[in-house]
Amino acid sequence: MSTSTIDTPVVITVSDVGISSGFRTLFYKELLRFWKVSFQTIAAPVITAALYLVVFAQVLQDRINVYGEIPYTAFLIPGLMMMSMLQNAFSNPSSSLIQSRVTGNLVFVLLTPISHREFFSAYVFAAVVRGIVVGSAVWLISFFFLSLTIEHIGWVLTFAVLATSIMGVLGLIAGLYCEKFDQLSAFQNFLIMPATFLSGVFYSINSLPPFWQAVSHWNPIFYTIDGFRYGFFGLSDTSPWKSLVVVSFVLIVLTWLALRLLASGYKLRT
Amino acid sequence: MTTPAIRFDHISKTYASSKATWRDRFSGVTKPGFLAVSDVSLEIEQGEFFGLLGPNGAGKTSLISILAGLCLATEGQAFVYGYNVLSDFRLARRALGVVPQELVYDPFFTVRETLRIQSGYFGLNHNDNWIDEILSNLGLTDKADTNMRSLSGGMKRRVLVAQALVHRPPVIVLDEPTAGVDVDLRRSLWEFISRLNKAGHTILLTTHYLEEAEALCGRIAMLKSGKIIALDTTQALLARVGGAGLEEAFVHIMKDTPQLAKGTPA
Repeated sequence: MSTSTIDTPVVITVSDVGISSGFRTLFYKELLRFWKVSFQTIAAPVITAALYLVVFAQVLQDRINVYGEIPYTAFLIPGLMMMSMLQNAFSNPSSSLIQSRVTGNLVFVLLTPISHREFFSAYVFAAVVRGIVVGSAVWLISFFFLSLTIEHIGWVLTFAVLATSIMGVLGLIAGLYCEKFDQLSAFQNFLIMPATFLSGVFYSINSLPPFWQAVSHWNPIFYTIDGFRYGFFGLSDTSPWKSLVVVSFVLIVLTWLALRLLASGYKLRT
Repeated sequence: MTTPAIRFDHISKTYASSKATWRDRFSGVTKPGFLAVSDVSLEIEQGEFFGLLGPNGAGKTSLISILAGLCLATEGQAFVYGYNVLSDFRLARRALGVVPQELVYDPFFTVRETLRIQSGYFGLNHNDNWIDEILSNLGLTDKADTNMRSLSGGMKRRVLVAQALVHRPPVIVLDEPTAGVDVDLRRSLWEFISRLNKAGHTILLTTHYLEEAEALCGRIAMLKSGKIIALDTTQALLARVGGAGLEEAFVHIMKDTPQLAKGTPA
């Protein structure tokens, strides 16, 4: 026992100890957390999206005409991909944070030299990864129904990353704000769900009455889906550049808010 | 003179009243909060085994939380190895290992994963030799690949200690580490912590088991209602009651101090 490191005098000065970043580990841990329960975090949303495809595509295929020659199933697929990405990107940080706060194990992160910016980045990047993994899986499943080609891959990727980032940041804010699981599900059911359903996942907003069209233009989620769809078809309800500006602006505002909350120790450091 | 391992400089902590409503916030009415720590100044030297004693609600955990950055002091400053816990938080936290009072764990991971992750948070990604050594010293080697969920309470407590040591911090804070722990584990834990202390680690301990504090601590501070009411070597405190034991000294000192208005509006 006497030869063990424990009995060797401890390095007392820490000034020369380089503090390398703990960001990588926190990011990895957040990935591992959803990967370990991938049946629930990846397979379940993909199956839900597949069910939507079966039901809506089969029922509405010949009844709805959206962008001229584009079949309704093709129109629906990017919408469903984006909806799954949005919901899962939101779930990842929000459920992780609320679980860690309720069980108290968030203390293990708070005790370390990880800064609030690293904390923010780790949770949001993990949300982006989960969103894109689920989105890609929905895309693969969609080949059973129809092979959808991509017109502009750059727009598809840009909107995938921006939209999942927005939801990651929003999930982080919700995870900080909510203290109980029921508050979080209220956030999800009364804000995230309506905003995604009323954003043109299942329809083009041009088919709505003028009032609801105007309302949709105030919904930032609409721009993520519309811009994403432009990447697939080269057609959309509004210009992809306008969508890019709106979506980037929303992301910047939410990022600023989340960083402010984290820096102040809001509900983390009392 | 060497830098103190821990320094509290006029630390006060007032918790905001939880009853504050939205109307209060808008109207600017501030309800009096709860004063948990009141103007505490204290220095703990490198290599000390220091005890922080006091009844429930005396402010021990608040003081430790301020040191660890889990809680923000209302007034005053705290330092670990001379590093301010707020402005130099990276170095201060690198120097500090905390064993929390609550039995918390992440149910997603095994013991080894938990320790590797904790080590990675400190930027130490190739730390398996040290992790193996802690595991073996805490009797956790055969549990390394067990999920945290399946461990008994005592085993979870050992993992908490291991997590606090994973970055080999020179200062170790143990917040009631033996609450609800069986005799065997208690003994092996103290033997282990004493070895760490002999190797140069500074230990700050809070406990309600006064015989433990008496046997281990070189110096002791007693807290009551957020104030330090006694601060001396264990020997000197024992001498006050003619060597009748620390429990006797504790009861004496607590009784002799006039009841400070607990939760005084700040």
